[in-house]
Amino acid sequence: MPRRDDIKRIMILGSGPIVIGQAAEFDYSGAQACKVLREEGYEVVLVNSNPATIMTDPEFADATYVEPLLPGPVAQIIERERPDALLPTLGGQTALNLAKALHEDGTLEKFGVELIGANYDAINCAEDRDLFAIAMEKAGLAMPASLIVRSREGDSADGARLPEERIAAQIDEAIAKVGLPAIVRPAFTLGGRGGGIARTDEEFRKIVRGGLDASPIGQVLVDQSVIGWGEFELEVMRDNGDNVVIVCSIENVDPMGVHTGDSVTVAPQQTLTDRLYQKLRDQAIAVIRAVGVETGGSNVQFAVNPTTEEILVIEMNPRVSRSSALASKATGFPIAKIAARLAVGYRLEEITNDITKATPAAFEPTIDYVVVKWPRFAFEKFAGVDETLSTHMKSVGEAMSIGRTFGQAFAKAMRSRELDAKVQIADDATAAELVERIRAPRTERYDVLLEAIRRGASDDQLHEATGIDSWYLRELRRIAGDPDLATDAAAGEVRTFKSVDTCAAEFAATTPYFYSGWERPDADGNPRHEVDRGDNPSVVILGAGPNRIGQGIEFDYCCVHAAMTVRASGRDAVMINCNPETVSTDYDTSDRLYFEPLTLEDVLGVIEVERPEGVIVQFGGQTPLRLAQGLQDAGVTILGTSVEAIDRAEDRGSFGEVLARLGYQAPPYATATSFDGALEAGEEVGFPLLVRPSYVLGGRAMEIVYDRDGLADYLTREADTTSGKEIFLDRFLENAIEVDVDALCDGDDVWVGGIMQHVEEAGIHSGDSACVLPPHSLNREMIDRIRDWTRGIALELGVRGLINIQYAVHGGALYVIEANPRASRTVPFVSKAIGVPLAKMACRIMLGERIGDLDLPEDPFAGGHIAVKEAVMPFDRFVGSDALLGPEMRSTGEVMGVAADFPSAFAKAQAAAGSPLPSGGTAFISVTDADKPAAIAVAQLLHDQGFRLLGTRGTQEAITRMGLPCDPVAKLQDIEAGGTDAAGHRTAVSGIEAGEVAIVVNTPTGSGARTDGYEIRRAAITAGIPCLTTVSAGLAAARAIASGRGGPLPVVSLQELNQDPVGGAARGRE
Amino acid sequence: MSDTAAPRPAYLLLEDGTRFDGAACGAPLTDVGAAPAGRSTGEVVFTTGMAGYQESVTDPSFAGQLIVFTYPHIGNYGVNGSAMESDRIHARAVIMREAVNHEDAPTAEQGWLDWLSDCGVPAITGVDTRALVRHIRDKGAMRGGLFDGDVAQADAAAAIAAEPPMAGQDLASTVTPAQVETVGAENAASGGPLIAAIDTGIKRSIVRELVARGAVVRLHPLSDGPEALLEGDPDAIFLANGPGDPGVVAHVIPTIQALLGSKPVFGICMGHQLLCRAVGLETYKLPFGHRGGNHPVKDLSTGRVEITSQNHGFAVQTPDGSGRIDGDEPVRWETDFGPAELSHLNLYDRTVEGLVLPEANAATVQYHPEAAPGPNDAGYLFDRFLERIRTGSLAGVTRQTGDAAAQAAGVAPTAGTTKPAATTENGDAA
Repeated sequence: MPRRDDIKRIMILGSGPIVIGQAAEFDYSGAQACKVLREEGYEVVLVNSNPATIMTDPEFADATYVEPLLPGPVAQIIERERPDALLPTLGGQTALNLAKALHEDGTLEKFGVELIGANYDAINCAEDRDLFAIAMEKAGLAMPASLIVRSREGDSADGARLPEERIAAQIDEAIAKVGLPAIVRPAFTLGGRGGGIARTDEEFRKIVRGGLDASPIGQVLVDQSVIGWGEFELEVMRDNGDNVVIVCSIENVDPMGVHTGDSVTVAPQQTLTDRLYQKLRDQAIAVIRAVGVETGGSNVQFAVNPTTEEILVIEMNPRVSRSSALASKATGFPIAKIAARLAVGYRLEEITNDITKATPAAFEPTIDYVVVKWPRFAFEKFAGVDETLSTHMKSVGEAMSIGRTFGQAFAKAMRSRELDAKVQIADDATAAELVERIRAPRTERYDVLLEAIRRGASDDQLHEATGIDSWYLRELRRIAGDPDLATDAAAGEVRTFKSVDTCAAEFAATTPYFYSGWERPDADGNPRHEVDRGDNPSVVILGAGPNRIGQGIEFDYCCVHAAMTVRASGRDAVMINCNPETVSTDYDTSDRLYFEPLTLEDVLGVIEVERPEGVIVQFGGQTPLRLAQGLQDAGVTILGTSVEAIDRAEDRGSFGEVLARLGYQAPPYATATSFDGALEAGEEVGFPLLVRPSYVLGGRAMEIVYDRDGLADYLTREADTTSGKEIFLDRFLENAIEVDVDALCDGDDVWVGGIMQHVEEAGIHSGDSACVLPPHSLNREMIDRIRDWTRGIALELGVRGLINIQYAVHGGALYVIEANPRASRTVPFVSKAIGVPLAKMACRIMLGERIGDLDLPEDPFAGGHIAVKEAVMPFDRFVGSDALLGPEMRSTGEVMGVAADFPSAFAKAQAAAGSPLPSGGTAFISVTDADKPAAIAVAQLLHDQGFRLLGTRGTQEAITRMGLPCDPVAKLQDIEAGGTDAAGHRTAVSGIEAGEVAIVVNTPTGSGARTDGYEIRRAAITAGIPCLTTVSAGLAAARAIASGRGGPLPVVSLQELNQDPVGGAARGRE
Repeated sequence: MSDTAAPRPAYLLLEDGTRFDGAACGAPLTDVGAAPAGRSTGEVVFTTGMAGYQESVTDPSFAGQLIVFTYPHIGNYGVNGSAMESDRIHARAVIMREAVNHEDAPTAEQGWLDWLSDCGVPAITGVDTRALVRHIRDKGAMRGGLFDGDVAQADAAAAIAAEPPMAGQDLASTVTPAQVETVGAENAASGGPLIAAIDTGIKRSIVRELVARGAVVRLHPLSDGPEALLEGDPDAIFLANGPGDPGVVAHVIPTIQALLGSKPVFGICMGHQLLCRAVGLETYKLPFGHRGGNHPVKDLSTGRVEITSQNHGFAVQTPDGSGRIDGDEPVRWETDFGPAELSHLNLYDRTVEGLVLPEANAATVQYHPEAAPGPNDAGYLFDRFLERIRTGSLAGVTRQTGDAAAQAAGVAPTAGTTKPAATTENGDAA
């Protein structure tokens, strides 16, 4: 079928902020879709609240809305833009849910918008467990057996108890239908209390009986256990002619029981016979047909019993997914791009395979290498969290590697993780102890497993403990000696660059997408490289590696901009990265893509074949910066700011000298290398102190201590005071305003792109703090001083490219906190807010242009609109960790809100971040004594808006004293039977849990202990209500609530802002 | 076979002198100049299937060939009797990047390398198979041989030169059975059709598919004439797959000609080529063949694309002699048995994948609907064959490569409220 010409304008929904389970892969898929649809001549309207995405670059769509992904704002956009169709399958679960809501509330019908890609019924069928089970049964496919056993009538605790024989009959039926082992889960018990895995008939009866008693409503859910079965995924594509292809098979090395996002996975599948694999393939095709996905990609997950060869369908996603991004990178088959074309009417056979340019997309990629994906975790940031992996995804990023063999790929994947610390294994631990240690799946599993092999563990022992297929154990044994040497040195194997070509070399590839493998050389001893780099000068851009907290999609955004700029300069852009979720690893982004780990050795391997003009290390966060010195030592030219300048900014001593020479002040600080030395230095600098070990990323292990005891406690817990490593102690400026600046410098001239004022006071990591651009409460003089100092520091360091400087304003004085001569996390946000692509400008400087050549506006923020960035926290994923902001960064992503005034922009940002501010109800306030004066202002504003106020004793008294009505909450120890205290008040936690509270303002009183505050914040997050943990954020929220009384906030596109950069645009053409 | 034993160096030499080194695995390499049964020289071909190695090496169509597997790890799940496509290994040698002998895989009866060794089939591992495949792709399939590292290259080259080229070799005669064998006799009781097959090296899966659909299959040696095949009045004739050059299996052409028109005929792979030759069409050698499980083929009667299992080095020539079919017009050949119409088209290189002769009640495909190894998408062809046996005729339809065919076949775009108007091209000119 040809392209549809009955639709002209298509809306694409992004996936919003990066959260666990929904990361940069949707920027990759969405950006591809935007590109393809515009190439096809459609107008694209894009909505995504995440500014750190390539897809929200204004040139990717005709209208780009950085607005909350909620039915209200999106309906407003639909009304303004009148798209003919909505493509919801490229923005993850967020977009799918949103499309469903827009269908259900009648918006799509009202404005005549057609859902393309997946229709409402298909989305529903895949999402609703019951509908899905019915569809599977109709298609003759098996799912894990599951049923409910009841001891009471109905679904409530009041139901009458059933006669004993009816209960016994149900239990008999359950064991017959589900079989053993079975998972028993009582309904409505805390943490699944009373459930378990039953392996014998006797156990089954006992656990079910116990579960029925434990469940307040007398119900247990009995599921067939597939724990230990093999887990497989197939990526399926279907066109409107019902042609279906499988793009890739993926096998989880970890058997069923670990979420696929947290599993080490391999493509293609390794252990199934062809016959069994073809059965899986047939079933995957049956699933996409049964669910009714008309066009596009879907992911189908299976459990396979390796002995009986029984196959069960686990679930399907009727959209592109993390796995489809992986499959695209693993095979070279661009699923999102093709899905977008299929959605507008094309068939697979009408689309050309990008890589061969000679064959159609109606085929199944075959690969001649092995791909390993490894999740990247961040448990170290969430103290108190259970690190056991389960069916609830906890990883924050992933690395992918390609090798000619599984061993090669596995070793590369291990290197690609870039762990901050090696897994600790005691020298005297026995193999048997190590085998026990990996029985429960944890992040360290494979590091320990390899060591267990070295210490003599057998494959049988390892298989018994982990369920990992013996094929993998055999291969792991082969590399256990030294994983980094997964090469047959005896055979003289050499690093050889091969292509990813979708067809195992059957056809010539034109797309330069490479990986290195170890191979025997040719007869003359030369590696059989496939790289044909031509004669054009090239520039290598080093990517950011796996996403992690502190180094996320923002850096990939900058790398992609660097690639665009290098290409525009007439040079070849060469990208090295190992993160499959990104736009930078799309083979379309650069002239040549090398999918390689970001270690010195691997990078030098690429440089040997590329012979680039220079390497850009400024855009990929800490990862490439760490390699800069080694590259320079190897004779590689580093473009932009010199390695020496980077060191001068990073080394506290020399940076102190820079500031002293310029006459700028910084908070007093000291360094120490011992316990006593640190205590002494602490006294000297003066409390409160911000302490951290040297060389940490994202504020890891950084804390504020208020006295000598606190410092001693910190040193005991967090710091290594024995090995001579440095500990940094900085005076902490309490209640200071923190300011972030992003600027460009060419060595002679400086241009300040953005000055951002943090909403939270200093002490909250800048990555976790909301910020506003331009500053809303700094005076002209202070802003001028910030500009002057920025200029001074950038010139003194000799920056060529970007610099980010953090300041604190305290008592009318300006302090320099730190300077980073590289792209910062805020570059995309600033670029979108001011309409100037900072990373591109920086790259042009690095390639030799001057600031004067760049045609930059004199005052980038003359527009008059306000942009607010808000961080998105993953606390809901980490049960057991405190939901508090602090000096250690813990956010996974960010959103942006743009409006004509600060409160409106803040309200948009809050809504986009997932906690829309309420317009009424009860506000619960509990703050420290120091915060009480400010909290009263918050209370006043909320009271004026009609909120009922509720406070803990001290806060309540302070508010009441000011003449505002405020009810106290009960203390836990005063609670009597019935859940209230003598006065009839509930505790804050039970009030929140009961849904009586609409917003929480709670500032922390101390750290570490599981205080009341901890429970309050936990309850607020569980209940999904806004929880503001600083009083300044509380004030901003109260103002935003006050400003939102006039009805929905107008929506505005980035194109309007740029072309009509007056606040008027934000007021919209409603 | 132990993973720890020091492997012997071995190498693959191609007739153009290109050499790829590796380590010996499988059966020991025989001396240069050994008898044909034990020799490790022949045509070097590659298959891109990622699994199904046991089915491949036991497929008689690989007789006389050295198989290069493009997927690096081969042997992952061991071997099992149920995966045999014949009673023995037909490939002369196996060339791999990373051979695996995983004898304790869940369904393995033996390790892959142990089995190769027991079967006397030499193999090599550690070869840069991707570089090798690129070489064959660029230069075309060629002869080559596998040699022990101690064999002088000049001796190896001489052994390769002594190997006859694939074009012109009648290998089908080497794999055809000595006498008639009947499979699925139990289906006769329930009135199942009798299918007489000319066994040029039939894969067991083909027989299995036919028997599973209720047929009784009688396998005939290549030397059997029309009388033998028509004995007992079979309901249909099947022409099987097989190795070598279809152009020199001339001795069965008169048999096929005598059978055509009398019974419904279905041919697969070599059977397709032989039928085409019997009606006067030409076959030619492809540069490096089609071997793997991912080739897209369009069924021109439905407009649907299926992913197919392929294993052939020769193809049927197009009416214009170019080997390629471009454009959307129906393609037909005039033959002594009435028109032959293109029914299936390879979307990779637009070569002939199947045709029908309505007047002769014959249909053939170049690829492998029985899969094994590879996808099962084309199983419907066996249903069509059985249906044809029941109804006795092959309805003629004009087959177009474009969208019209799909329209005609009723494969309209699936649901959706405002799909564009169908193209107006008339596709139902049957």
